Amino acid sequence: MKHKFQEDTGYLLIHMPREVDHHTSLQLREEADFLLRRYPVRGIVFDFQETVFMDSSGIGVILGRCRNVSLAGGQALAVHLNEQVKKIFCMSGLQKVISIEA
Amino acid sequence: MARLYVRRAGQEKEEALKRDMKMEFSSQSENEGFARVAVGAFIAPLNPTVDELADVKTAVSEAVTNAIIHGYDQNPGKIWITCEIEDDRIELCVIDVGRGIEDVEKAREPLYTTRPELERSGMGFTFMEAFMDEVWVTSAVGQGTRITMRKRIGKE
Repeated sequence: MKHKFQEDTGYLLIHMPREVDHHTSLQLREEADFLLRRYPVRGIVFDFQETVFMDSSGIGVILGRCRNVSLAGGQALAVHLNEQVKKIFCMSGLQKVISIEA
Repeated sequence: MARLYVRRAGQEKEEALKRDMKMEFSSQSENEGFARVAVGAFIAPLNPTVDELADVKTAVSEAVTNAIIHGYDQNPGKIWITCEIEDDRIELCVIDVGRGIEDVEKAREPLYTTRPELERSGMGFTFMEAFMDEVWVTSAVGQGTRITMRKRIGKE
């Protein structure tokens, strides 16, 4: 999983996989949690630039990581969502928990 | 949809071609991607829109994930998918012979999950119902689960 931690802002940028399903979300969860323990993260950005597919498995992973970050007073953001991913966000109510930016 | 023209004893008869497939694969998470892509390829001749194709793939992904996580408790097992196409209608079945669902009504409720520790969102059935026209669940405890989904392609 590609990622980048910006020292100055405290934002962790996570590049989401091409397909976010139960299979890929297992690894995603593990790696994201490792990074959240490793860095003093104040905000998390999920970048869906490369993502063409997401099912309900992605919801749990994003919600879980958002919770970790917001408990520490941080913000969560999702960027570059395609139409299919946007639909999943809207139908699950995820867009109420995490801000979406084009 | 392709049509078969049968000429018999001077009379011309038109019959819609029914096309079907059946596949079997092991209940491993790596196969989730394979399953939805295979179904996507099978229905491709119907010329589904990008949205329709994504809807069907998502529904397949949800049903297969349910079979792997809940049906087989992440243990080895087999999953079957059958798909029938008749004119512009598809009928998909996702079948497992795992533990079965005790309370189907409860399982279909949005946000209900028996596996919160796996961060399951409880949206699986909700998505299947939202993305397909009809969804039936037949399940027997200790015997398995069959999810049947129907959708008309190209209705908008």
